[in-house]
Amino acid sequence: MENTTENKKKSLSVFWDEFSRSNFLVILLAIFTGILLGGVLVAITTNEVYAAFRESIWSGFGAAFRTAWNTYVALFTGSVGNPEKIRLAFASGDQLAIRRAINPFFESLVQSTPYIFGGLAVALGFRAGLFNIGVEGQIFIGAATGVWAGYAINGLPTIIHIPLAMLFGALGGALWGFIPGLLKAKTGAHEVITTIMMNYIAFRLVDWLLKFPMKDPNEFTPKTPWILETAKLPRLFDTPIRFHIGFFIAVLMAVAVYYLLFKTTWGFELRMVGSNPNAARYAGVKITKTTILAMVLSGALAGMAGANEVLGVNYRLLPAFSSGYGFDSIALALLGKTHPLGVILSSLLFGFLRNGARSMQLAVGVPIDIVSILQAVILAFIAAPAIIRTIYRLRESKHEEDLVSLRSWKG
Amino acid sequence: MTTTTDAQIGQKSQGILKLERRRRITMGILFLAAAVFIWLVFATDVEPGVETRFMMNPGGGSAEAADWVFPSLLYLNMIAGILSLLGAFQIIRGFGKYTYGVLALVAILFIFGFLTWATAGGQTNLAGLLRVMVVRAVPLTLGAMSGILCERGGIINIAIEGMMLTSAFISTVFASLFNSLIVGLLAGIIAGGLMGLIHGWLSIKYKVNQIISGTVINIFATGITSYLSSRYIQKVEFQYLNEPGMFPQINVPVLSKIPFIGPILFSHNMYVFAMFFFVILLTFMLFKTRWGLRLRSVGEHPKAADTLGINVHRTQYMAVILGGMMAGFGGTYFSLGSSGRFDEVMTAGRGFIGLAAMIFGNWHPVGSMGAGLLFGFFDSLSAKASLLQVPIPSEFIGMAPYLATIIVLAGVIGRGHAPAAEGEPYEKE
Amino acid sequence: MAPVLELRGITKRFPGVLANDHIDLTVEKGEIHALLGENGAGKTTLMNILYGLYHPDEGEIFVNGQKLDVHSPIDAIKSGVGMVHQHFMLVPVFTVTENVMLGEEYVKAGGVLDRTKAANKIREISNIYKLDINPDAYISDIPVGMQQRVEIIKLLFREANILIMDEPTAVLTPQEVEELFKIMHTMIEQGKSIIFITHKLGEVMDIADRITVIRGGKVVGSTTPAESDLNDLASMMVGRDVNLEVEKSESVPGEVVFEVENLKVLDSVGALAVNDMSFKVHAGEVLGIAGVQGNGQTELVRAITGLLQAVDGDVRLCGHNITHLSPRKITEIGSAHIPEDRQKDGLVLGFPITDNLVLNTYYLEPNSKSIWMDQKSINENGKKLVESFDIRTPSPFVPARNLSGGNQQKVIVAREFSRPIKFLVASQPTRGLDVGSIEFIHKRLIEKRDDGCAILLVSTELDEIMQLSDRIAVVYRGKLLDILDAKNATKEIVGLLMAGIIPSEEEKQKLLAKKKQILIT
Repeated sequence: MENTTENKKKSLSVFWDEFSRSNFLVILLAIFTGILLGGVLVAITTNEVYAAFRESIWSGFGAAFRTAWNTYVALFTGSVGNPEKIRLAFASGDQLAIRRAINPFFESLVQSTPYIFGGLAVALGFRAGLFNIGVEGQIFIGAATGVWAGYAINGLPTIIHIPLAMLFGALGGALWGFIPGLLKAKTGAHEVITTIMMNYIAFRLVDWLLKFPMKDPNEFTPKTPWILETAKLPRLFDTPIRFHIGFFIAVLMAVAVYYLLFKTTWGFELRMVGSNPNAARYAGVKITKTTILAMVLSGALAGMAGANEVLGVNYRLLPAFSSGYGFDSIALALLGKTHPLGVILSSLLFGFLRNGARSMQLAVGVPIDIVSILQAVILAFIAAPAIIRTIYRLRESKHEEDLVSLRSWKG
Repeated sequence: MTTTTDAQIGQKSQGILKLERRRRITMGILFLAAAVFIWLVFATDVEPGVETRFMMNPGGGSAEAADWVFPSLLYLNMIAGILSLLGAFQIIRGFGKYTYGVLALVAILFIFGFLTWATAGGQTNLAGLLRVMVVRAVPLTLGAMSGILCERGGIINIAIEGMMLTSAFISTVFASLFNSLIVGLLAGIIAGGLMGLIHGWLSIKYKVNQIISGTVINIFATGITSYLSSRYIQKVEFQYLNEPGMFPQINVPVLSKIPFIGPILFSHNMYVFAMFFFVILLTFMLFKTRWGLRLRSVGEHPKAADTLGINVHRTQYMAVILGGMMAGFGGTYFSLGSSGRFDEVMTAGRGFIGLAAMIFGNWHPVGSMGAGLLFGFFDSLSAKASLLQVPIPSEFIGMAPYLATIIVLAGVIGRGHAPAAEGEPYEKE
Repeated sequence: MAPVLELRGITKRFPGVLANDHIDLTVEKGEIHALLGENGAGKTTLMNILYGLYHPDEGEIFVNGQKLDVHSPIDAIKSGVGMVHQHFMLVPVFTVTENVMLGEEYVKAGGVLDRTKAANKIREISNIYKLDINPDAYISDIPVGMQQRVEIIKLLFREANILIMDEPTAVLTPQEVEELFKIMHTMIEQGKSIIFITHKLGEVMDIADRITVIRGGKVVGSTTPAESDLNDLASMMVGRDVNLEVEKSESVPGEVVFEVENLKVLDSVGALAVNDMSFKVHAGEVLGIAGVQGNGQTELVRAITGLLQAVDGDVRLCGHNITHLSPRKITEIGSAHIPEDRQKDGLVLGFPITDNLVLNTYYLEPNSKSIWMDQKSINENGKKLVESFDIRTPSPFVPARNLSGGNQQKVIVAREFSRPIKFLVASQPTRGLDVGSIEFIHKRLIEKRDDGCAILLVSTELDEIMQLSDRIAVVYRGKLLDILDAKNATKEIVGLLMAGIIPSEEEKQKLLAKKKQILIT
């Protein structure tokens, strides 16, 4: 028993070691600066601010600050809930009111879930030295295979149907990762281009699937049938809270990826290949096998993101499924420093931001796309920490690690 | 004393020769496979006596050029025959430096065979198909040339998409504000150049991985254009900001009157002509001028360039800024050349296909335009797939460019030559 | 008249190293001035300073009596200094003309390249100096010797008067070397001056007008071929006092552990790098492979460790035919490998020392059980080895990146020696290390030998080979020229073989007698 507690301690210390070495402060400042710049953007795109500036410079700055502040307050209440409302709801004791009040928080978790899967997919690839830009396509395929298993396979108990449908999603994504992995390992075709191409093939393929083989015959527009009750990921609360067990599956996968990467021989090999393929070869690791397997697993995780969405949220697949989860995942994986725990944190951050932004759009009219801008700016700061160091006059860290180690363009 | 003799000097490039021979034969087999495919799949499916009818006017009528009607089976057999001759010659002797030209010819013949089969017993508007092909090739080729400019200087550019999108937005707003297409065009080009500058700043100065830097720009461009679009130009009170107008169609005197060719090539708005112009200009600049020589040397061997006094980083900045401006020009096509307005995410992945066209075209402007036209053709065909006589879903035709790019990347028909120093930040010792 | 080039008190410090220590050098017009020194003596640093790639910490440069401030290659080029780099600075996909005129292009109106004019100028230069160059050929299509002549044309095209040639013969065949020397003489006749950087004594005697020897970043002497002989130069270059003697007893060779038979290996461009080599290594002996860098050693080592596929021949280890086995299988049979490039092949720099110490045993008990790594056991193993191999580090958990070169090498040695091995390939085991680490590693190698391990030592350091080997095999251009018993070998004999010259029995005896004589006196 003593062993396990020590292990736990160690895994935590490994994480903190990695995190502090990777300059936690820079990450925090990057997020802070990104949010600050977002506030400036909101202020300078608000007419009232200009009107206030015409009055006097101080009222202008006041208005600018108020605008940004109100925006972020709306974003916060949209993502976590309105504390006042929550208090009142609990005071009233009305169950529905309580659920409504706390719904934003859980909706943010729902929003974070596919990010965790997708971020893990990208992170796993990075650890093996692979840049999986194809997560978006793998999500599409995973959603398609997952939804198929959800509506077409009959007569299974929930306990089997759900894992089976998730597995189908994972397999679909895995196939979409396998092809670029195989090409990379065998021919050196760079995965960045092949996965981009695989994305577009996936979009077309899913379009076609929705129009023909998987189309619900009762519908005029291309949609799949509803999945069966037995395949739906159970929700933990009554309406309107959509929070489902997918979140826990995602966290479980993060733990699994963590153990895989840092506790198994296979993860050791994978990280060796990612960090120094020459040394890996010297040490007797089969680069081909490892590369293919890494892409397959990365694709499987992405496929689970797709399956999670159709089995837990939408219950069917629509053409407008496109979500941009795949591209966001790249930013999240990098923001989380390609560490599973980091991925969870960054996914939560952007899950909350994106969900909050939706309410914010309704409340104060600031478009949700502000989140993408934040994401890009923060990612730029993380990728080029020297910018943050210059702005805040931080000292150079002893050794600036590369954010990721990627093999050259030509494979 | 005895000096050892060297036996292996003659064997120096034995391995390379072997590789070349294998590529030559693979290519030949590919040609033969195309011939066999036409015989086995297309020709067996066509009854003798059936005719293929191609309409030669984009409008559909037959006022200017008569329809082209021919016996399907005979033509299919002829095409397959030519392909097998080409394949046999390629295997035995090889076409040497004309190989890629012949490859393009084989592709054209194969597609012609496909159309002959797909139209057998019916009719297809060939002129319309080709005219749309040329139009669809424009953003792809311009995007590819943006990539070429950057990558010939050693900087990978996967941000073409984001650069185009930004420019599409900016050009819309400026053209609407100033009520001038030229102002919009210039603003779009400058916006693209600025995005290029950011890409250079991140990847040259801060040595950010160039793919990550490109991803940053793509995400940022999507975010900022959608943000500003829903904040302003989608709103009714700002509607006037989204009415840029469009460049008019130009009918080139005399040339546009040539039957068949005229409407396909010489009756477009200025973007098509600009595409041809830039392809020629960039080819000339890259391979015939001092500027091009220096740019390419930086992309191939920056250290050699440095020892000869060429400023590597300055050259790379110039490359990404010009690349950005090219993407910017391409981006204005979406707003000022094809739709006359801005819509969120209107580039719809064309920048990425442009990147594919660049690789397909072996980092050469002419090759990239060839790839752009090929991809444009599939695009054009997939829109008309339902009119064909054969049951191929348009989605599958639409996949063809991506599949083709993957096949090229996998080196099935000989790998292209990417600039050798691409993706590696250059550091002076 | 002022000398063409004068360097005064050039000093350059790198972190922890004094690369150039107040170096003075004078080059007269029309002479070939050899700059002689061992690898790492500071020759290349000095020339990079002259060429504007580095900036000196102290010292001045005068060209034709004029003080010169070089900040970039441009300044050097403008003042007539040109350099043929050891690694050619040529763009493979460009033609000769394009490479030569790059940066100094002939253009017509509007910046259009005038290739014809440039090609004509190249032909003209080629004729004057008898370089035999086709301006329209692509660099990737022409042999190495011709590429070097293109580098020379680049300088002549820019009308350089002082040509620095950095180890120009390292990549050439003897015939090509002779041609190069002829070209150098022609250039002198045309009034150019040449600085010829090398560590090959014979070449210096053949071609130089004057010789400056540097050692450890300092000028240790200046002479002419007429005033000195090979021995003088060798002792000046190496320095008698720095000889590191390794205490070792007579070896007790056992049965044959490792055997290579008619091995042929291609290099990355498809040339035959290892050409029909055969040799045996016995238990309890060190077989040294001597040779100038690039004579097939790298490919030989990669082939016998499974990293490169041999095209022909057999490799046997402990009775197993390992020619086509994977690196892992070969390791498991009992082979260990200290790779020549430790950072590239031997270590994962981002991994902690503990993980690097199990880089090829991570999957075995006790480091892991089935698929689960046993971090505790790995950490203990790490702590133990860090101590017993004296790896200087604040903690066994810091990334290998943070260690000095010597300690990085100790990590590799510790890892390879900590498992039961019967055969060891040590490739350049002490390259670039400090004296302390060299001593440590040499001692460990001999200990391993005395334990009965068969050791194949591949080194370009002649001293190292002489000190450690029981038998010495010399490779030249992919061929094994001779295997000598250490007792019958002298530096001179091995040196001649390394240069591709097979001495007759008579000559061998003469050289051997000389050695004995020195020992007696």
